[in-house]
Amino acid sequence: MTATTDAAQAELGRARLRKEDARLITGQTNWTDNISLPGMLHMAFARSPVAHAKITGVDLSAARNMPGVIAAFSGADLGAEQGSLPCAWPVTEDIVIPPHPPMAVDEVRYVGEAVAVVVARDRYAAADAAAMVDVDYEPLPPVLDMRAALAEGSPKVHEAGNKSYEWVFAAGDMDAAFAGAPVVVERTYRQQRLIPCAMEPRAVVSQWVGDQVTLWSATQIPHVVRFALSAFFGIPEQDVRVIAPDVGGGFGSKLQFTAEEVLAVLVSRRVGKPVKWTESRSEGNMTVHHGRDQWQRIRIAADADGRIRGLDVDLLADMGAYLMLVTPGIPLLGAFMYPAIYKMDAYSLKCTGVFTTKMPTDAYRGAGRPEATFAIERIMDELAVELGMEPLELRERNWIKHEEFPYTTIAGLTYDSGNYEAATARAKELFGYDELRREQAERNARGDTVRLGIGISTFTEMCGLAPSRVLGSLSYGAGGWEHASIRMLPTGKVEVVTGSSAHGQGHETAWSQIVADQLGVPFEDIRVLHGDTLVSPKGMDTYGSRSLAVGGLALVSACDKVVDKAKVIAAAMLEASPDDLEFAAGRFSVRGDPEAGATIQEIALATFAAHNLPAGVEPSLDSDATYDPDNFSFPHGTHLCATEVDTETGMVTIRSYVAVDDVGVVVNPMIVEGQVHGGIAQGIAQALYEEGVYDDDGNLVTSTLADYLVPSAADLPSYVTDRSVSPAGNRLGVKGVGEAGTIASTPAVVNAIIDAVRPFGINDITMPCTPERVWRAIQTAQDGGAA
Amino acid sequence: MAQIKVTVDGVQYADQVEPRLLLVHYLREVIGKTGTPVGCDTSNCGACTVLMDGVSVKSCSVLAVQADGADITTIEGLSDGEWHPVQRAFHEEHALQCGYCTPGMIIAAADLLRDNPHPTDAEIREGLEGNLCRCTGYENIVRAVRRAAEAGAGQ
Ligand code: FES
Ligand code: FES
Repeated sequence: MTATTDAAQAELGRARLRKEDARLITGQTNWTDNISLPGMLHMAFARSPVAHAKITGVDLSAARNMPGVIAAFSGADLGAEQGSLPCAWPVTEDIVIPPHPPMAVDEVRYVGEAVAVVVARDRYAAADAAAMVDVDYEPLPPVLDMRAALAEGSPKVHEAGNKSYEWVFAAGDMDAAFAGAPVVVERTYRQQRLIPCAMEPRAVVSQWVGDQVTLWSATQIPHVVRFALSAFFGIPEQDVRVIAPDVGGGFGSKLQFTAEEVLAVLVSRRVGKPVKWTESRSEGNMTVHHGRDQWQRIRIAADADGRIRGLDVDLLADMGAYLMLVTPGIPLLGAFMYPAIYKMDAYSLKCTGVFTTKMPTDAYRGAGRPEATFAIERIMDELAVELGMEPLELRERNWIKHEEFPYTTIAGLTYDSGNYEAATARAKELFGYDELRREQAERNARGDTVRLGIGISTFTEMCGLAPSRVLGSLSYGAGGWEHASIRMLPTGKVEVVTGSSAHGQGHETAWSQIVADQLGVPFEDIRVLHGDTLVSPKGMDTYGSRSLAVGGLALVSACDKVVDKAKVIAAAMLEASPDDLEFAAGRFSVRGDPEAGATIQEIALATFAAHNLPAGVEPSLDSDATYDPDNFSFPHGTHLCATEVDTETGMVTIRSYVAVDDVGVVVNPMIVEGQVHGGIAQGIAQALYEEGVYDDDGNLVTSTLADYLVPSAADLPSYVTDRSVSPAGNRLGVKGVGEAGTIASTPAVVNAIIDAVRPFGINDITMPCTPERVWRAIQTAQDGGAA
Repeated sequence: MAQIKVTVDGVQYADQVEPRLLLVHYLREVIGKTGTPVGCDTSNCGACTVLMDGVSVKSCSVLAVQADGADITTIEGLSDGEWHPVQRAFHEEHALQCGYCTPGMIIAAADLLRDNPHPTDAEIREGLEGNLCRCTGYENIVRAVRRAAEAGAGQ
């Protein structure tokens, strides 16, 4: 019963410039590292230089004797106080979750693991002192390769062995699907290790006042951090305040409860002063959780006409040395997405989580879904080749038709909406698909040294994480709801409090637009508050493209309640029955007498004065709501990429990139487009540039931005974006957009590269497809051809 | 300790600094100019870019003592009341999301346009090669610089 007239919907779909920008473009931003408190000290860590070793001694005396050093602690010094970092997602009953002390005590298991912390007057003195920490290590063999780690006799990362868990899923009759299938294609793909590289390094500040602690952290999840500090470190929840000030990007990397957060809290309590820690980039590359790192064996069975019979997936997922907040669950977020947009008779997946002596992995933009999408979209191209079919035609032959929604997939998910035909048709048109195919054929025919390739990705994803009951059935340790509250201020202005904590997504703008429509108040009159557990005590925070699809819906419910309350008061003011009132564009009016009315902003003042409220009506319009979605949302789209591959140098150039995304109803098209751009860039980066590399001793060789190649503007193309819209089944019709581009683009680019070099007999190149790898693949294929 | 005198955003400062102190830490931690952030430790990201005597430099790769006598403009001093055309264009083209790269990106873009008031898109991309953004995919940054050029930011 909220506003529904066209006038009142003026904000939805409007490209509002962002409220956040003013402070960000003038240097007035409040990054955690900007915070300086009276008496504040600085922490620095001594970190393991070896991948795997017993700790036989930690000598802090030299560090403690440095000028300006207040204290130094080893893991042993903190003892039981430092506890163990939690893993919130025990995916199987028999999963191995090793203890994970914030600082190593007996054994280090990856390069960069914290061994001691020093506290000093300033950043430089702390760094000097950390360098003086003397640790004796007795080397143990590193465990670096997942497959070798599972072999009999492999050195062990943990006493319990190198296997953390095995998770299986099966639906349909696999034997029937594969036995006697006219075509079976099998491939093994490598998802390289990625380093998230949010531009703002992690930073924390912790301050105790009496028995209450405030932690400022560059985090995506202040509410989860508060809960974890309380639940696992014995600080009563009412005494913990966590603030995520302006946060400079996350991409999943700040969806973590970190050793450094815990240690800042414990150390500041010990020294009785506020402490700050900000990582350097090279420290961060080593110790911010990494992403991806899987081997994917995928097998697909089809009929001769291209109809998919079955799909079988076997994953090895590198957990790294420990299980962090949601480490084991990440590959499983993809487990339900391998069937993607396709119908089939049977599907099975097995995932084995493996320990290695490397930085733990965890959420990175897309989290499980990019891996799934890559494998299925890559093998669809391979299947098309095997069948001699046009790859788009093969996809269309198998995808869920728009009239078949809602559709329950073989993986058991019910897709509420979608129109793959519409997105694909639009993408083909913008791309000039048929002309490019013609040009490709001509260039192949004349043996052009620069080949053209066309890559397709007709992706979908599940987001809007998540219905709490589904999370419960997957053994996840929390719910998936989101909270919002609306405070109607006496002057008619509005404070919107959201439990979703933004770090670049533009909530302050988009949330204002939603509330402006729902309450019919001006966009400018709304202030959005978030990221501080004192201001916004309830929330599940920001990840998994959930903010709009879950948090946005919580806003709508909270607005409903405000309008309901206001209606009772309006009726009294207008001397009418509530049933005779209409609410539109922020104004209640009496049906049949449009002159008689009151705006919700006027009612806010009347409620504040509370002089003439009906008996029993509380003098407040403030309302809150907690929204638990009953389904995921399923954005989808068609991305098409044209690459030119120089067969003499291996150089890949993206000639054009078209993305048509269906993210449902759009609140702010400018913000949506920006999310798609950034997502595509990150997916291209996986395809072409980025890889977290450990050497044979387990040293991270890509610890700086000189070695880990985050692309610059010069390395990336311009993107053509458009949208098709099939509204989601929620009240706003929204699906979420944060991860779409990243999920879609990696397979689009690699499919295009393989399409360009397939005439040489090449059907895979391991990511990142660097010029060297592409060139070698061509050389090897040509040598093979000559032999 | 060494004595330095610098002008930052129009204000003169005189300080004793350690010879190893980086200019960016001088700006942030000695004189409180926290508008300029730090994104790396290998001079790759450009987040810390400021104008030194009118030319863009990465302030993490300059020692405070090397800035003795220099005139520094940070993002905080780029606008004098009115936003600089590059700032305005970044806002209008949605060329920022988290905003962490933004101070450096804006300064670098302003410097690029001073050198080349009417760059092509390729020249913009090459010119901003030393500034990394993880959020925007650069599309809107290129559009913003083009828009600022059209608004005469480089003249
Ligand atoms: S902080 Fe100066 S270039 Fe990265
Ligand atoms: S806007 Fe976030 S790094 Fe550029």
